[in-house]
Amino acid sequence: MDSFSNFIHMGGYAGYVWTSYGIALVIFVWSVVSPIIQKRQLIKRIKSIVQDEQG
Amino acid sequence: MHPLRKRRLFLILTMVAGIAVAAGFALVAFNENLMFFFTPTDVQAGKAPQNRLFRIGGMVVNGSVKKSTTNTDVEFDLTDNEKVVTIKYSGILPDLFREGQGIIAKGKLNHNGEFIAEEVLAKHDENYMPPEVAATMKKKKPAYIKE
Amino acid sequence: MIMRFIHKLGSPPYFYQFSGRLLPWLSGICLILFAYGLYGGLVLAPTDYQQGDSFRIIYIHVPAAWLSLFVYMVMAFSGAVALIWRIKITEIILINSAHIGAAFTFLALITGSIWGKPMWGTWWVWDARLTSELLLLFLYLGIIALYSAIDDKRKAARAVAILALVGVVNIPIIHYSVEWWSTLHQGPTVTKFDKPSIDTRMLIPLLVMAFAYKFLYAIVVLLRARNDVLWRERRSQWVTALFDGSK
Repeated sequence: MDSFSNFIHMGGYAGYVWTSYGIALVIFVWSVVSPIIQKRQLIKRIKSIVQDEQG
Repeated sequence: MHPLRKRRLFLILTMVAGIAVAAGFALVAFNENLMFFFTPTDVQAGKAPQNRLFRIGGMVVNGSVKKSTTNTDVEFDLTDNEKVVTIKYSGILPDLFREGQGIIAKGKLNHNGEFIAEEVLAKHDENYMPPEVAATMKKKKPAYIKE
Repeated sequence: MIMRFIHKLGSPPYFYQFSGRLLPWLSGICLILFAYGLYGGLVLAPTDYQQGDSFRIIYIHVPAAWLSLFVYMVMAFSGAVALIWRIKITEIILINSAHIGAAFTFLALITGSIWGKPMWGTWWVWDARLTSELLLLFLYLGIIALYSAIDDKRKAARAVAILALVGVVNIPIIHYSVEWWSTLHQGPTVTKFDKPSIDTRMLIPLLVMAFAYKFLYAIVVLLRARNDVLWRERRSQWVTALFDGSK
């Protein structure tokens, strides 16, 4: 496990390195998840429009 | 291509070219101000502003760094391989500060022609390599290498 | 040939169907690239001779900066096609690239800042590279704001296309800023005319990450564009057919 703790430690730059990777992860997830959530809402609205027009 | 589309294409190209030319003129006009720092040669030639803060950039001369043993005062020579300016600074140096390293200091010249820095930044180069490779390249680039 | 393909994609139902089939492939390739890029960057790549492990921020920072320029060029190209040929799908690609472009410009700026603090000794300086990249972020935000300020979306797209084309002069400025002026930011590493001054074991993960980012952009822009197409075409036959009966 020594190499693993070295890996986490990043030669003393852990805070800088992992903060960068963390921010990147948040941005990646947000950019993929937000259009997926948006699509769910969109489908709901379109379905209600379709139903209104039919009934 | 349809003549209307050809005209639109021409309009767009003219617009982008026009803006590019305008931007080019603006950048040439402000060229001096866009320079982030002066070199020691500029400073020795009197091009740097007097009695005003400015930045100086260059390489730390090997063997010139004198650190105080009691406080954070440090003195070193900065060169662009032509002229040399002595820098005095008191404060924390960035991790990359070392002899042979490119650095940028912000401050003023005093009446002795020494540069009193209130900020020292390290400028790292565009080379990335493991320490072993750097060691074999040492003759090409006389930089102080950690480890 | 390309124009004919763009024309075909210009048909909303075809675009929706085609992008739907493309997305799983893109996602799979993107995940593989990220997995390899991160492993290569964090584990395989050796420690830098001067910067130690802090240089590993390069694998987040540089691909983000490249992508911020790439997305803008895609937008400017789409804008030109949208203005000349008035193809709706290029307007959709243009406007739906802006958010992700802004997000990655922000990522490049923030990781650059986090990298700059330990190495340069400062979070931020107003040198030509950093300032022109910040201007790019404002261009993206301006494009988003302009688009949402105009109600007629076809007119909005045309206004945005012009703004995107005006801003395109900033792209070479960002790229060459480190050569034209003295900056704190160092010169180019990978695109130097002679061979890149970076160790191969460090370079390969960087290039892999750059491709991973490009795929991520493609995925996000398609997801957003599909939503946009659905909503614009909500009254049309093919959309109602998609949701009719499936309650």
